[in-house]
Amino acid sequence: MSMPYYVSPEQMMQDRADYARKGIARGRSLIALQYDNGIVLVAENPSSTLRKISEIYDRIAFAGVGKYSEFDQLRVAGVRAADLKGYQFSRQDVDARSLANQYAQLIATTFTHEVKPLEIEILVVEVGATQESDRLYRIMYDGTVLDEQHSAVIGGESDEMKTRVAGAKPSDELKFSIKTAVAALSGQSRTLAASDLEVAVLERGSQRRCFRRLTDVEVAQLLSA
Amino acid sequence: MSRFVPEIGPRFDALLRANGIEPFAALSTDASALAIPHATTCVAIRSSEGVVIAGDRRATSGNLISHREMDKVMQADMYSAVAIAGAAGTAMEMVKLFQLQIEHYEKVEGQSLSLEGKANQLSLFVRNNLPAAMQGLMVVPIFAGYEPASKSSHIWAYDATGGRYEEKDFVATGSGMLHASTTIRLGWKSSLTLEAAVTLACRALWQAADADSATGGFDAVRGIYPSVATINARGFSFVQDSELSPVFAALSEEAKNA
Repeated sequence: MSMPYYVSPEQMMQDRADYARKGIARGRSLIALQYDNGIVLVAENPSSTLRKISEIYDRIAFAGVGKYSEFDQLRVAGVRAADLKGYQFSRQDVDARSLANQYAQLIATTFTHEVKPLEIEILVVEVGATQESDRLYRIMYDGTVLDEQHSAVIGGESDEMKTRVAGAKPSDELKFSIKTAVAALSGQSRTLAASDLEVAVLERGSQRRCFRRLTDVEVAQLLSA
Repeated sequence: MSRFVPEIGPRFDALLRANGIEPFAALSTDASALAIPHATTCVAIRSSEGVVIAGDRRATSGNLISHREMDKVMQADMYSAVAIAGAAGTAMEMVKLFQLQIEHYEKVEGQSLSLEGKANQLSLFVRNNLPAAMQGLMVVPIFAGYEPASKSSHIWAYDATGGRYEEKDFVATGSGMLHASTTIRLGWKSSLTLEAAVTLACRALWQAADADSATGGFDAVRGIYPSVATINARGFSFVQDSELSPVFAALSEEAKNA
């Protein structure tokens, strides 16, 4: 009779974390920044149909990096959870904190119980009535939730990117915030055109649905302004 | 992974059922014994520049007026609206579901339903309500929308079984529909401007209120006007009371001089 190999729990978790990190590191980073009238999300994404950034609810947006099929399923799960909660209770009862916790549970359970961890990192951001009540939650491949202030970065070079956007201020106008994010994404050696980018904003205002995608034309105008 | 996303597609009613919520009330007894508010007359008119959708503000329970300021015209999304006649509670719930369905589909799929798709969806909701309709909780909506891609407006009438009928000129529903549609039929022409269509819709509701006790008229004492909305290339917008006021002043003057 053959004996199964013994693998220590520490080693098993380490292997899964390495696997997930490797998968995430293959993709480009994604940046969310507070600006004077909301939150802007900027990703490097040449596809105009396969989205990394999307609307979850009136004031909540979702962004994911890593394996598309995996974070897209999480996105749909988030839309369902939010719409269901809003239907059963009230639209104002749907909040990013609760959603981030649900995501963390799902991702953490998958990380410990499944053979393969999710090769993704996601952001759940919410625009509040004031800048102080804006929320940026970063959720990692193992379900760790980070409550970020002013800016959040997910993806391969997130630590490096975080230092590159350190100069961004919540009082910046939209065009400055986008320029900062694009400069950080492109680095020293490359330049990114509007068509290489996916940009969306959560605009603070009286409208019900705050999420809006910026077209390539709008992005190009803001970058050259 | 599939446990995150059960196989129900972008359908909000299926999502509710998957979570143990039945969106359409199933009744075993006749509900007509209950004094349930009913909403009445609504119309939609196509013009050369877009579509007008309008409804009176009264809800009745038998011979009693239960609400004077009910809104029966509701925005479905940026380019479409629904107006309802029938059991008020059931109708409001149906519209709420319909609005959520359109938004849910848009978010899950990443693009909006086509106008035809929305009209079809509403037809399914009306059909799902048929058991309740048989017990006295009938809901008969009308649906109107503008399609930016083809620059065309469309209107639909429904029956209680979910039958969906696209009309070219105008539609009406509710207890005052006969008077309202006759009024529109006499005043309608294909060259109608949006403004003229608004006036015609107001006239239709005026005539319906004049002859049908369940339809509320312009309430000069309380300053209550019917709900009137337009949908064109710029999207959905309600016509403000300040713009309706001269229209109803003219109709009042006409009635006085008759």
